Amino acid sequence: MADEGNGRPAPERDVILKVENLVKHFPLTQGIVFKKHVGAVKAVEGVSFDLYRGETLGLVGESGCGKSTVAKLLLRLEEATSGSAIYDGKDIFKLPKKELRTLRRNIQIVFQDPYASLNPRMTVGDIVAEPWEIHQGRMGKAERRSRVQDLLARVGLDPDHVNRYPHQFSGGQRQRIGIARALALNPDIIICDEPVSALDVSVQAQVVNLLNALQSDFNLSYIFIAHDLAVVRHISDRVAVMYLGKIMEVGNQDQIYDRPTHPYTQALLSAVPVPDPAVRGERKRMVLTGDVPSPANPPSGCVFRTRCWKAQEKCAEEVPALENRGFDHPSACHFAEIERVVPV
Amino acid sequence: MDVTTDDPKAAEGQHLLQVEDLHVEFRTQYGTVNAVNGISYSLDERETLAILGESGSGKSVSAQAIMGIIDSPPGFITKGALRFRGTDLLGLDESERRSYRGQKIAMIFQDALTALNPVYSVGFQIGEMFRVHRGASRSEAKKKAIELMDRVRIPAAKERVGEYPHQFSGGMRQRVMIAMALSLDPDILIADEPTTALDVTVQAQIMELLSELQGETGMGLILITHDLAVVADVADRVAVMYAGKIVETGSVFEVYENAAHPYTEGLMSSIPRIDQRGRELNPIRGAPPSLMRIPPGCPFHPRCPYARDVCRVDLPPLYEVSASRRSACHFFEEVLANVEGGLTGGR
Repeated sequence: MADEGNGRPAPERDVILKVENLVKHFPLTQGIVFKKHVGAVKAVEGVSFDLYRGETLGLVGESGCGKSTVAKLLLRLEEATSGSAIYDGKDIFKLPKKELRTLRRNIQIVFQDPYASLNPRMTVGDIVAEPWEIHQGRMGKAERRSRVQDLLARVGLDPDHVNRYPHQFSGGQRQRIGIARALALNPDIIICDEPVSALDVSVQAQVVNLLNALQSDFNLSYIFIAHDLAVVRHISDRVAVMYLGKIMEVGNQDQIYDRPTHPYTQALLSAVPVPDPAVRGERKRMVLTGDVPSPANPPSGCVFRTRCWKAQEKCAEEVPALENRGFDHPSACHFAEIERVVPV
Repeated sequence: MDVTTDDPKAAEGQHLLQVEDLHVEFRTQYGTVNAVNGISYSLDERETLAILGESGSGKSVSAQAIMGIIDSPPGFITKGALRFRGTDLLGLDESERRSYRGQKIAMIFQDALTALNPVYSVGFQIGEMFRVHRGASRSEAKKKAIELMDRVRIPAAKERVGEYPHQFSGGMRQRVMIAMALSLDPDILIADEPTTALDVTVQAQIMELLSELQGETGMGLILITHDLAVVADVADRVAVMYAGKIVETGSVFEVYENAAHPYTEGLMSSIPRIDQRGRELNPIRGAPPSLMRIPPGCPFHPRCPYARDVCRVDLPPLYEVSASRRSACHFFEEVLANVEGGLTGGR
């Protein structure tokens, strides 16, 4: 992972997915028969990012910031309100139904809850082979079984367990099954939506290491959505910080963790406890007051201003763009400045 | 080599809480689940004891046993003693026990939404403590509820006292739970994963509130969690649980500097740290055992890199590592000698 110090990986790496101005509003309605629109939950409000081939982009933020909605939009599990996402020269959001299948072959997802995302009535073999059932012609019936066993072995499961059911596996093993299923169609991109947050600490690391190993073996690109900033730092090349449907700051992991310029990033990082009692009390804490405002009625100007200690009049009037502000990576704050909050 | 035998305070019943050789099992139709298998620890005033363990380690069950809220059947406390200022709670009848629950020992839970009743207002539920335990009238109880909501820093307490749980955010609900737990000035607060369901900025607010309240009241705090970072931030002492047993205990500084049990060491080398990049994660192999089929000998031996033949047959006692520290590993000296196994100063 060559870091050029500009938030981008080495220039020879190509953009595999280009997301621009992604917007998703969920309508709020009143009435049963005649649904009247009374507003909208602005879940995603103009998100743009590039995903490079072979990299991991971490998407972090608190619950309700729209990070999971972004994942659903990119797979067209939800329809975007506006914006574009260019993959393989085509806009995902304009693909006709027929081509959607090809898209979903190339972009796969691993879900958070390994208990809910596997059908309890299907054997592991059938679960992992199901993508070939849907995408006919990708894998002959005869080869499927041995290929499933290869995949199971690759994700660290016993290939002889193909005939078992999900309940016979632990949480970590189930997450491996979900990963094997995502790999079945040789995708380019895997969207990992909180893939380790439901797992025990000792098992989390196994899955993180597996994801890392698979990435280099298959040249995968990951969009890694998580709220655990330590895990994201470990796995990501670049990190985008989201708040109320917008990206506040984006950069490579050193830029975000060592040189954050946005007050929200700083507050978020300063709230993460460090597993080292020796630094107790020495750290600067920026405890945010209040709660995240409702996305149905976000503040004017900068969405973070209601909880920001730097907020001034300008913040209420003018929306800060995510742009370069004299630092080595873009930040969506009028008063961006570097403040180190994670101990060295 | 029990933790308690050489403890002079224990003999005189001076500890706020003294758990001795506690055993809890659940008899189910599929077999007996041995959730807690002989744990001992003590808690003093103003002290924060963290019980650290993964799911299925028995950490929550041990807390429920102290509170006396284990459903029986299927759960049974088969052995042990729970001494609160010298009185064995297990010897009390239900009505005496009730006078401890809530008044002397209170508990907050992980999921504040399910712990609150959706059809009563928040103020009514906080005030209930005063009406039931102190015979307060409705209006007195409401006044007390507002006071408590102020104390846990719920903004606009007066206006919000009549609102319902669904109108509160996750962090505010947890504050309501804390207000209820603290209403009768308990001596011990048990916090069972109080911040696991919360976002990190809210988690920081709640942990800060708990430690402030602890400073004001001098209560003892038992913090049950799987989060090593939270423990490092707030705890005085830590007890690490695995398969229903305490495998290591000591001051949080000692334990984090250099683990004396392979399980603790494994946990520490398997977590990513926010202040480090690219450190190789060395996960513990395998998964925690089912509590219905705990491996013989040391329960950790199938996953342990230090395991020898003796570990498969011989259950290690809690060896004394130092005056304040114990480890349930036959080879704790070897584990200590591995200096890679700590988190302090490893940056």
